[in-house]
Amino acid sequence: MLERNCREVKVREVRFLGTWDEPSDFVELTLENPGWDSYRPGQFAMLRAKRWGLELPWGRPFSISRVDAESLTFFIQVVGRGTTRLSRLTAGEDVIIWGPLGNGFSAPADTPTLLLAGGMGIAPFRGYIEKHPTPKALHLLFAHRPALDFYPYLAMSEKVGAEAIQEHSSDDLPGIIARIEAAMEEYSGGLVLACGPTPFLRTVQAHALKKNIRAEVSLEKTMACGVGACLGCVCKDGQGKHVQVCARGPVFAAADVQL
Amino acid sequence: MIDLRVEFAGLVLKNPIITASGTFGFGLEFSSFGDLKRLGGIVVKGLSLKPREGNPMPRVAETPCGMLNAIGIQNPGVEAFLRDKLPLLPWRETAIIANMYACTVPEFGELADVLSGEEGVAALEVNVSCPNVSQGGSAFGQDPAQIRKVTEEVKKKAKGKPVIVKLSPNVTDIASCAQAAQDGGADAVSLINTLLGMAVDISTRRPTLANVVGGLSGPAIKPVALRCVHQVCRKVSIPVVGIGGIVSAEDALEFILLGAAAVQVGTANFLRPDQSFRIVDDLPRAMIKARSDSLAELRGSLKLP
Repeated sequence: MLERNCREVKVREVRFLGTWDEPSDFVELTLENPGWDSYRPGQFAMLRAKRWGLELPWGRPFSISRVDAESLTFFIQVVGRGTTRLSRLTAGEDVIIWGPLGNGFSAPADTPTLLLAGGMGIAPFRGYIEKHPTPKALHLLFAHRPALDFYPYLAMSEKVGAEAIQEHSSDDLPGIIARIEAAMEEYSGGLVLACGPTPFLRTVQAHALKKNIRAEVSLEKTMACGVGACLGCVCKDGQGKHVQVCARGPVFAAADVQL
Repeated sequence: MIDLRVEFAGLVLKNPIITASGTFGFGLEFSSFGDLKRLGGIVVKGLSLKPREGNPMPRVAETPCGMLNAIGIQNPGVEAFLRDKLPLLPWRETAIIANMYACTVPEFGELADVLSGEEGVAALEVNVSCPNVSQGGSAFGQDPAQIRKVTEEVKKKAKGKPVIVKLSPNVTDIASCAQAAQDGGADAVSLINTLLGMAVDISTRRPTLANVVGGLSGPAIKPVALRCVHQVCRKVSIPVVGIGGIVSAEDALEFILLGAAAVQVGTANFLRPDQSFRIVDDLPRAMIKARSDSLAELRGSLKLP
């Protein structure tokens, strides 16, 4: 199992620092930083606007995209009731937040590391690149459907070697999978980290196991508590036992999870 | 300083706020959000004799002012609880109540026998009301004769520890179920467990939960819970623990006004993980709002027409 983060986690009320020009389905949400500078990329937080009242009783889990001295950034796609409301926060509004939660990615120095991001799975890698001890060892391969400028790809490709492949239709899929598998083989002596939709993670996991490549995958699940209590976000581990994605993940070694 | 202490069924709690089973893990998951010693009690996740993997995913769905769950009593089994969890809990300061799930009457007895032998277990809560399991659970809880039988068996093995029977609202007459528990020797009843519900996804044309149906909880069910607690308080003489949609100290006092000895806080723990601690802190202020400095004075003081 990957190293667990044992720092004290508290509930904080922090201000929304951004503003919106217009409604969008892809938003970068910036919140006041409650002192999370030592978070581990791949960790996540639960967010719930204070004025949601009782109508939406759950927070929403998002991976932490990046942290600087003043702010936390979350990269969010609007998919439902919670994300719609988060994309319409007003400047200065209070957001209830608890984290950093979960374990995060391994980040060994001087190890050739391939970052495989599928769509919104790019989110945690922004902070990963910024915090990595030896970013020269990193390469980002980004597979996406909507246009590249919806994503924070540009800011990331300035810092590390990067390539993006767009899926215009399902005809593009075999080529994308072939590129992912070829790239993984180039990193067979290093480390592969993947975050994205489940079919994307399955592709990465299958190839990692087949070629015996060290890989970690970050999972996404609906969560109620985020702290391991409700058992609503479980997946099966390598032995077929239910484990909480929030507390035992969200990052799992490829061999330790059934997708 | 307002005295928040409550005594009922042989338990002495420093306040009437207890966290409800299934929403607070084994307590330890929440220890960084507040001091567990400040809670009146903790009802741990439902325990069975052997470990259970629970139901397939998806298991939870958010609904307006509430949620559905069909976890299916996933738990590591009673032995792992006693070995790995209980020693880490502040059981000398806060009542640790073991919620028990079994499929047969003798199994309930066996579980009670194991748990009641532990100094750190303050009381037993008998789950005859889980809607998410094919055997046991609410199959027991919908039949007063079965409730009585299970209660008698658990009571026999409880070695004098208080036995609390947790009741299902998915019945025609919850008061007669409470009466059956009392007749079986229960020291208290707790209610309500979740209401059986369902959610549908029109894009996939499937039920949202893999289990098809699940238990509804949260603020949406508070009016049903208040009605049930009201009916049961008028029927039985044993203490009643109120559960259902409590998110604030004011909500807690509503149940106490009906006659509840204490309350359990469940889904509110998901609003934010420090919510139960906040309710404890807020109780004195809410009591002032209710113009009282005594829970005993408030308890059962509902003015009926």
